Amino acid sequence: MNIAKYNFAYLDEQTKRMIRRAILKGIAVPGYQVPFASREMPMPYGWGTGGVQVTASIIGPSDVLKVIDQGADDTTNAVSIRAFFAKVAEVAVTTHTEEATIIQTRHRIPEAKLTEGQVLVYQVPIPEPLRFLEPRETETRKMHALEEYGLMHVKLYEDIAKHGRIATTYAYPVKVEGRYVMDPSPTPKFDNPKMHMSEVLQLFGAGREKRIYAVPPHTQVVSLDFEDHPFEIQHFEEPCALCGATGVYLDEVILDDKGGHMFVCSDTDNCEDRREHGHRGKLAGHALEAAE
Amino acid sequence: MDTTIEGGFADLVLGAQSVFRAVMEALARPGSVQSIASDAAPPAPLTPELGAVALTLCDHDTLVWLDPVLAANEAVVAWLAFHCGAPLTSDIGAAAFALVSDVTLLPRIDAFGQGTDEYPDRSTTVVLAVGSAAKPVTLKGPGIKDQFSTQLPLPDGDFIEQWAENRARFPRGVDLLLVRAGTVVGLPRTTRISEA
Repeated sequence: MNIAKYNFAYLDEQTKRMIRRAILKGIAVPGYQVPFASREMPMPYGWGTGGVQVTASIIGPSDVLKVIDQGADDTTNAVSIRAFFAKVAEVAVTTHTEEATIIQTRHRIPEAKLTEGQVLVYQVPIPEPLRFLEPRETETRKMHALEEYGLMHVKLYEDIAKHGRIATTYAYPVKVEGRYVMDPSPTPKFDNPKMHMSEVLQLFGAGREKRIYAVPPHTQVVSLDFEDHPFEIQHFEEPCALCGATGVYLDEVILDDKGGHMFVCSDTDNCEDRREHGHRGKLAGHALEAAE
Repeated sequence: MDTTIEGGFADLVLGAQSVFRAVMEALARPGSVQSIASDAAPPAPLTPELGAVALTLCDHDTLVWLDPVLAANEAVVAWLAFHCGAPLTSDIGAAAFALVSDVTLLPRIDAFGQGTDEYPDRSTTVVLAVGSAAKPVTLKGPGIKDQFSTQLPLPDGDFIEQWAENRARFPRGVDLLLVRAGTVVGLPRTTRISEA
């Protein structure tokens, strides 16, 4: 098709420079939210405009891009963002975690161990962990400046007072390098330990809220907790119904209107890979169809 | 050859992209040597690496401070004006970027913009062209697994003490890029340097 071409990776060069400067500051001050002049993207806010702008600013022709949405490579958001970059940057795309050099994610970290050559880009809806406790930006900015995070501990304590345990299950607040309290984006808290001392550079983009932040590799990311109520991740009583995996994050899928349900891997690539290697869960009735 | 117009990236888009990735990796993994594959050819004494970083990160939104030798060189100033369009400043504390062509011309670190507690990102990123004489140091901090012993071409004198003060000002502080011979090494404000 012979249509006028966009600039490589859609964004104009001045925008990329502005975002690149913000990314570098984010890396230099881990966990600090760097304001940036977020652009309108050809997708609505809430669909990953922040992550897309970060990816567009770092991606090059030799990169291989993977996009996941709640762990899945085949959902609308993931498919459309992958198609977007295949079109505007003509990069190779993949669903295999180990082949990717850039992984853009909405709310999961892949189960496979990430390695040094990879960059993880998070789509973030509300970057400010204190926002629901203090709506004024002027105040939250001051709280970060003064390292005044008592309010967050009060919130976690109120969980304990009400429910007998910390009931926050996603967007569980973390402290980065002992300084900034950071929203890990709405990943399940299951994934928080993977952020700690990770091999990969983690970049976070919030388009609507116009913030970029980062966690460099080998950086402390500690989930907030109390001595008598230590942080713990979710545990699942049954393995994945398709691949039999344990120790991974599972989604509950309702099967009928009589209470039938199954638990299945949220990371589709990991699940497919295991099934190809002969692992079978209790509902894996037939061999997997060949991928496209 | 017109030294003002020539010497930019042959490919503006991918030239900047590859240099940026090198700089990003350099800051994400302090002390590691990242190669800058760039065809930027600015007039001397602006080195090709300083020119490449300026082309990649500086534009009309960034105040740039030049060391006295660069600032006095008309060809350098004209080249930067043509290719980056960045306004120059003599107010070192207000600069978003500082280009320093020789370690002997590096001002004290605390003279640069440090940012504020509310906005620590509003600080100066110093791009320093260094020589080959390196000294053994040990680095610690985010981006470094345990600790990293290496040789870095750091400025002489009390630089390491100045850097410790810079680290103590965290989250305020200056980030440093050391460039030489097609390579860049990043020292973000979080990195602790000790003489090995």
